[in-house]
Amino acid sequence: MEGRDPAVRSLEQSLRKEGRAPGVVGFTGAPGTGKSTLVDGVVALLRKRESSVAVLATDPNSPFTGGAILGDRIRMQRHALDPKVFIRSMGARGHLGGLSLATRQAIRLLGAFGFDEVILETVGVGQSELEVAAVADTTVVVLTPNLGDGVQMIKAGILEIADILVVNKADLDGHARVVTELRSMLSLAPKSGWKPPILATVAAKQEGVEGLWEAVLAHRHHLESSGQGRHLAEQRLKDETAEAAAEIARDRVRHALVDDPALAARLLAEGAPYRTAEEILNSPGKLSSSPPPGLRPTSPAGGEVN
Amino acid sequence: MVVRPTLVRPVRIIVAKVGLDGHDRGVKVVARALRDAGYEVIYTGLRQTPEMVVDAALQEDAQVIGLSIHSGAHMTLFPAVVQELKRRKATDIVVFGGGIIPDDDIAALNKQGVEKLFTPGTPLQDIVDWLRKRFPEESRQTN
Amino acid sequence: MKVRARDAKEAWKEDFEASLERDDGIETSTISGIPLKPLYTTEDLPPRPEEFPGQFPYTRGIHPGGYRGRLWTMRQFSGFATAEETNRRYKYLLANGQTGLSVAFDMPTLMGQDSDAPTSRGEIGHCGVAIDSLADMEALFDGIPLTDITTSMTINSPAAILLCMYIAVAEEQGVPASRLGGTLQNDILKEFIAQKEFIFPPAASMRLVVDSIEYCAKEVPQWNTISISGYHIREAGSTAVQELAFTLADGMAYVDACLERGMRIDDFAPRLSFFFDAHIDFFEEIAKFRAARRIWARWMRERYGAQDERSLKLRFHTQTAGVSLTAQQPELNIARTAIEALAAVLGGTQSLHTNAMDEVLALPTDKSARIALRTQQLLAFESGVANTIDPLGGSYFVEALTDEMERQAETYFKRIADLGGVIPAIEASFFQKEIADSAFRYQQELEQKSRIMIGVNDFKVDDEPPIEILRIDPKLESEQVARVREVRRKRDQARCSNALTGLHKAAVGTDNLMPYILEAVRAYATEGEIMNTLIEVFGIYTEQAVV
Repeated sequence: MEGRDPAVRSLEQSLRKEGRAPGVVGFTGAPGTGKSTLVDGVVALLRKRESSVAVLATDPNSPFTGGAILGDRIRMQRHALDPKVFIRSMGARGHLGGLSLATRQAIRLLGAFGFDEVILETVGVGQSELEVAAVADTTVVVLTPNLGDGVQMIKAGILEIADILVVNKADLDGHARVVTELRSMLSLAPKSGWKPPILATVAAKQEGVEGLWEAVLAHRHHLESSGQGRHLAEQRLKDETAEAAAEIARDRVRHALVDDPALAARLLAEGAPYRTAEEILNSPGKLSSSPPPGLRPTSPAGGEVN
Repeated sequence: MVVRPTLVRPVRIIVAKVGLDGHDRGVKVVARALRDAGYEVIYTGLRQTPEMVVDAALQEDAQVIGLSIHSGAHMTLFPAVVQELKRRKATDIVVFGGGIIPDDDIAALNKQGVEKLFTPGTPLQDIVDWLRKRFPEESRQTN
Repeated sequence: MKVRARDAKEAWKEDFEASLERDDGIETSTISGIPLKPLYTTEDLPPRPEEFPGQFPYTRGIHPGGYRGRLWTMRQFSGFATAEETNRRYKYLLANGQTGLSVAFDMPTLMGQDSDAPTSRGEIGHCGVAIDSLADMEALFDGIPLTDITTSMTINSPAAILLCMYIAVAEEQGVPASRLGGTLQNDILKEFIAQKEFIFPPAASMRLVVDSIEYCAKEVPQWNTISISGYHIREAGSTAVQELAFTLADGMAYVDACLERGMRIDDFAPRLSFFFDAHIDFFEEIAKFRAARRIWARWMRERYGAQDERSLKLRFHTQTAGVSLTAQQPELNIARTAIEALAAVLGGTQSLHTNAMDEVLALPTDKSARIALRTQQLLAFESGVANTIDPLGGSYFVEALTDEMERQAETYFKRIADLGGVIPAIEASFFQKEIADSAFRYQQELEQKSRIMIGVNDFKVDDEPPIEILRIDPKLESEQVARVREVRRKRDQARCSNALTGLHKAAVGTDNLMPYILEAVRAYATEGEIMNTLIEVFGIYTEQAVV
């Protein structure tokens, strides 16, 4: 971490450095469910209780141009200039090692700067919610009554990752129906030991936010008392190691193909990608010419929070 | 259409309106155009103070700040943002902008550290071309 | 062999299709995307009984005599720097034939802030006149008898305050409020939608608007209490249809709010007025104005049961389109403004502001302001267009286009109703998204050159000489700051403090706030102090922005 790096400076100016692991809560859901407003409400609540909080909000990049309008920060304007609130918007693509690797390293860094809580926020597009669930201690899935085709159309898997379900915009018609449908769907697939509560909120009016945070704390208590928390944390560390290995390997292969034209030519002639990859990884001394992900000296916050 | 892999370090741009002026047609159109050109754009909205804009740029690790001012207050507000960047030791962040800004004022603002100002009628492509030239290695690949 | 005589229309069709068309790109739709045919004929005239001016639904105008009884008011919007400077400009314009005053306020005033507030720094006097207290208002109208003129004030969130200041100045001149004529823009809904000069949340904002309408119905009966605006919506990038639909929908929302307050429709509807844009697509604009009158008349009568004819007659002010002006080859703006002004006149506007050619870059100089005014006088006295009532009535094209605009507006009304009305639609960002999409689409058309803007994307000129523009003396800012501090020092502190306390209490309750604001104004409470008192009760609104 470079002292002259802007993002790091910004963090330094904020807090103590105690390195305690922050609580990580993930929020995911379809666009238009009011996630950002809900997160804004949670941040306000946490600040009232004097916790410091960092928000990592992800929006999808265009797969064609790579560009994105990262629109979560603007929903949290009331926390602008609060030194105990740090908001970082991320595009879902283009991170060395993928989004979850980047997020994990960011969380570690934010913990080192003493943030009590880290909130992850993603739009439920592509696989981003699974990535959030893999990284967060508690995953909150946000839904709204106007789901159009009904709860049945919710993407496969999204209910299974939920530790807490929130039906936001509870003041709209159809709210009760969605809650009933969710309840019946959940009863078909019980999670081990923890029954995900279904909560109602009206984020725009700050209603239900306290209840939501109580549920998060209850889930954390469950993770601790059941031992599941420690087990998941260990699993995450192993997963992260595997992902890091994959990224290092990917990086080595890419560089080798660039640095060694003869190798590249042979690949094109033979058309044998697996053999070529094994060859590269098994050969000693063919170190990649760039440092492994996470240690790029000129990038912000360790290079992964992009 | 081929989905090309993107490079690691996208150019991130904070786009904002400082001061009391609420005419956001231009800034929103520019935000969309920059997204379509492959940039990551963070629109921080209306009624921003120089402190808020710079703080956002630091938290977001943006390389560029783009400001839109139609109120005539540009000679106060642009320099205020440049000053704040100095105060936060972040003068590596590039400042550009647009709005109702007469030519003599453009020259004066350039001298004070605003790199580029685009006047009414500028094609969006001109803004994109300037950004691409300004940040060549770090630009995203596009089709 | 007998040759069948060709039907004239078929003949034209064949000849037309055989003829060559220009290859420089003929538009196939209006600037708003309404498809255009090459030719309109009797078949395009909608089958309906013949309409006449001054008769329901007023498509051909609200007056039986058109402009033959009275020309439109030439009302040039202006204001800058201090009240003294603006007072000078008003006297200049009145001497040159302007027939009504129109006040432009600076950003801090528009946003309810005093000149010495920290966020006012750098913003004073640039886009209008700085008014901090009654003292400034007195200077603004010094030597201008309020009986003799009508005044339009373009201000929204703090509108009630400025109206009270005007009433207080009139009091000092010995003019009773019942004799005051003019217009207050006071259209807070379009602020949430387009111009973004909102302060309080929607419900509190609507309360203030209804308070002012209710108060004026009794105390200032000749005053147009609101200027329901499409101009800003259009300038933010909407199409003509969106401008038409969103404006009239806002109008209906205000009517609903007043009825909810317990007022009777005919007590306040006659004093509602409107404000539209006159953009460069000539015929579309004329059709828009005519459709507006027809739609409003129908809704007022059929939905709201208005009986008074004056409730049914849509009256409007027009401003030529600011966004159509270019910084390149700015003299062309004089021609653009003339075309747009002509559309407004052929559309039957009650009052008109024509832009000056240098307004893309700054506030107008004396010379360019005079040319803008003369453009209206040219239309009125040289061109002859004001001598015949609704001269385009019966045009196959204009009537067909009027009908089409009405149809498309009705579709929007339904969409807004489905969302639960204007305020829910605002909170769902419906209008803002429509506008942003239209704005982006238009910009893309310009970039792809499927729409031309001379000097900008075609017919360009390199190396243009800079034109002289108006500069606000930066010294004026510190003078204004000193002035407001002086007012605070010299006033009757007890009276002022009591007035603000009274206002606070009333704001918490349900009283009409106008009398309380008037008392505060008379006590030389500053605009910022009055606004802050209300903010304590109502809070500040943050929009959910969409890009």
